[in-house]
Amino acid sequence: MHTSTLIILLLGLMSLAYYFGRKRSLSLVGGKVRDLHSLPSYYGMQTAMWCGIPALILLALWLSFEESVVTGMVVESLPQEIQELPPERLDLVLNDVRNLSQGDIVSSTVDQTMQQAADHYTSLMGISHMALFVVALSVAILAGLWAQRTITREQRARNRVEKAINFFLLSSSTLAIFTTVGIVLSVLFESVRFFQQIPVTEFLFGLEWSPQTAIRPDQVGSSGVFGSVPLFAGTMLITLIAMIVAVPIGLMSAIYMAEYASKHFRTLAKPVLEVLAGIPTVVYGFFAALTVAPFFRDLGTDIGLTVSSESALAAGVVMGIMIIPFVSSLSDDVINAVPQAMRDGSYGLGATRSETIRNVIIPAALPGIVGGVLLAVSRAIGETMIVVMAAGLSANLTANPLEAVTTVTVQIVTLLVGDQEFDSAKTLAAFALALVLFVITLALNMIALHIVRKYREQYE
Amino acid sequence: MNETSAATPGLAEETEAAAGTVQSTDDTVGEIYVDDPRMTCRNVDVYYGEKQAIFDVSLDIGKNQVISMIGPSGCGKSTFLRCLNRMNDTIDGCRVTGQIKMDEQDIYDGGLDVVPLRASVGMVFQKPNPFPKSIYDNIAYGPKIHGLSDNKEHLDSIVETSLQRAGLWEEAKDRLDQPGTGLSGGQQQRLCIARAIAVSPEVILMDEPCSALDPIATAKIEELIDELRERFTIAIVTHSMQQAARVSQRTAYFHLGKLIEVGETDQIFTSPRHKLTEDYITGRFG
Ligand SMILES: Nc1ncnc2c1ncn2[C@@H]1O[C@H](COP(=O)(O)OP(=O)(O)OP(=O)(O)O)[C@@H](O)[C@H]1O
Ligand SMILES: [Mg+2]
Repeated sequence: MHTSTLIILLLGLMSLAYYFGRKRSLSLVGGKVRDLHSLPSYYGMQTAMWCGIPALILLALWLSFEESVVTGMVVESLPQEIQELPPERLDLVLNDVRNLSQGDIVSSTVDQTMQQAADHYTSLMGISHMALFVVALSVAILAGLWAQRTITREQRARNRVEKAINFFLLSSSTLAIFTTVGIVLSVLFESVRFFQQIPVTEFLFGLEWSPQTAIRPDQVGSSGVFGSVPLFAGTMLITLIAMIVAVPIGLMSAIYMAEYASKHFRTLAKPVLEVLAGIPTVVYGFFAALTVAPFFRDLGTDIGLTVSSESALAAGVVMGIMIIPFVSSLSDDVINAVPQAMRDGSYGLGATRSETIRNVIIPAALPGIVGGVLLAVSRAIGETMIVVMAAGLSANLTANPLEAVTTVTVQIVTLLVGDQEFDSAKTLAAFALALVLFVITLALNMIALHIVRKYREQYE
Repeated sequence: MNETSAATPGLAEETEAAAGTVQSTDDTVGEIYVDDPRMTCRNVDVYYGEKQAIFDVSLDIGKNQVISMIGPSGCGKSTFLRCLNRMNDTIDGCRVTGQIKMDEQDIYDGGLDVVPLRASVGMVFQKPNPFPKSIYDNIAYGPKIHGLSDNKEHLDSIVETSLQRAGLWEEAKDRLDQPGTGLSGGQQQRLCIARAIAVSPEVILMDEPCSALDPIATAKIEELIDELRERFTIAIVTHSMQQAARVSQRTAYFHLGKLIEVGETDQIFTSPRHKLTEDYITGRFG
């Protein structure tokens, strides 16, 4: 008897409840809908909610406490000496019991007591499921029946349903917000732990990044230096290159699309740009690493420049290409949002198309374009895959785009790939980097959204 | 078939009839010619894609006159007006045939550049549409793109005279650097008129310039139109019969894309010859 069966049964009951609630409301007034306070469907929904919601809440609570209650009972039944084990050991034993009851592989040999405990566990779980089944279904039926019986013609079913819907929507958005807050807080706490080991000033202003720490005391190895400046410098360098590529091309293609292109061309070109936006970044990544970077290196050798095989230039250019559709579709939107009346006014004065674009449309759309570019910047800063593949790992502090640099996101990846201790400075550094990255992109996004919103208000 | 009415101007007079008796919509009733035309339109048809919006309209627009165009909504007044400075070019799929001349120059001639044409045929739109720039820059925009001013002083004086002619100088002179969008609706419309006259056009087209304004602002604009008549030729589209009667010398009545009747404003409003015109101005229709 699975939980899913129960849920399906409950849903079935809810539709029955809907049907009977609706029917009762209609029979109350002899089919004259006008005499009811709300439409019959609202009475149906109200009954269905009464039928479903308490039962579902019960189900959720039951499932979240079942495990611990049952485990507690199993522990009670275990021999004294096992009960007195330290908590971690006890956990291991219990884990084995659980695995045993599900027929999985167990870490220690199976003895008599373990087998008994597992059987006990299985039977308790079975009883619990049974009970849940009975209790949930009876709650659903009783509450549904009660709701259906108490329907009166003056009952304000519509208002109640509205309230319930309101509550659902509210709880969904709260859930989303809490998840975000949870992530931010966890990053924050881990960062605080990092800063207890490494001073904030060293992290923020240190010029050297070399996170390798000795894992065991007897290992030879460096103690790790955590100056994040080279990473942020690398990130900025690549972002800058990406923007130099993406902003002019994206903006100009947006202008062409919005102002010059024929309808025919637009319907053809827009989807193509969207495809560009839909290419997974990993594809851009190996394109950058396997095609663009060698191309730049060979080009460099031809004209007598040394270009390292993993260069900021290659990563930046490919990232720029990736961002073009982003810039162009955002700019396209703001350019299209400039009212036609502005264009008419300018054309009516004898301005040409490019004069109109330069003097009227771009100035009017500028705040929105700036906002769009800032959003694109924050996207470039957070981009990972391309730089992992094409930018390199060495934390050079350089402004030369022909050298290899590394970025914040790349370092986060390398810090967390492979085996590690969860509380070493090396691992925790990833959280600190993530925190700073998060603050930067958050600030950029907020500024950008503020600008975009302000611009919208102008024309509303 | 309108060829005949265009070719025989006396036709309408010959069949001089009592008010509201003409019923056929084949020919335009009344005098389409004037002695001193600034623009002449002959057999103009306009199509939006497959759909024809203007049918065979011939009309003269006299120098230093105000001609008003009236008619029920959707009858093609705006479309016809927009032919006169080729604003229809900016609409995808819009096609204009026939002949429109301005001072003997065919404005739909393939070699003609629309930039000087639009500079000499200005336009004021239904909804005030100042650019999101300062008041000064709104006015200076046209003169700048046409290179009308040699230096800053000259530009300043163009801005000042345009604002004065548009009757906005007193209200705006202390806030020239503030955005034009911050003015009231009526002030914005006068700003748009000032913007149009700053490039010294010969003809000004106005498409329902007062429909978004209150009676006081409307009165100001009407006064302004009357003054502007001395220097400019004006064609105005309006839904207000009173406005047409107050500001214009000639009136043209459009119906379903056809020019039904045209004549002296007094005559149109006191003794319309066409049945449709009479119905419209007496409020039985439209
Ligand atoms: N851009 C366009 N595309 C297609 N059809 C159009 C377009 N503009 C106008 N039309 C059509 O042409 C006809 C004339 O429109 P027009 O705007 O000239 O009317 P109008 O007399 O100015 O009306 P109103 O008094 O409501 O402004 C209408 O049937 C309209 O639907
Ligand atoms: Mg119109």
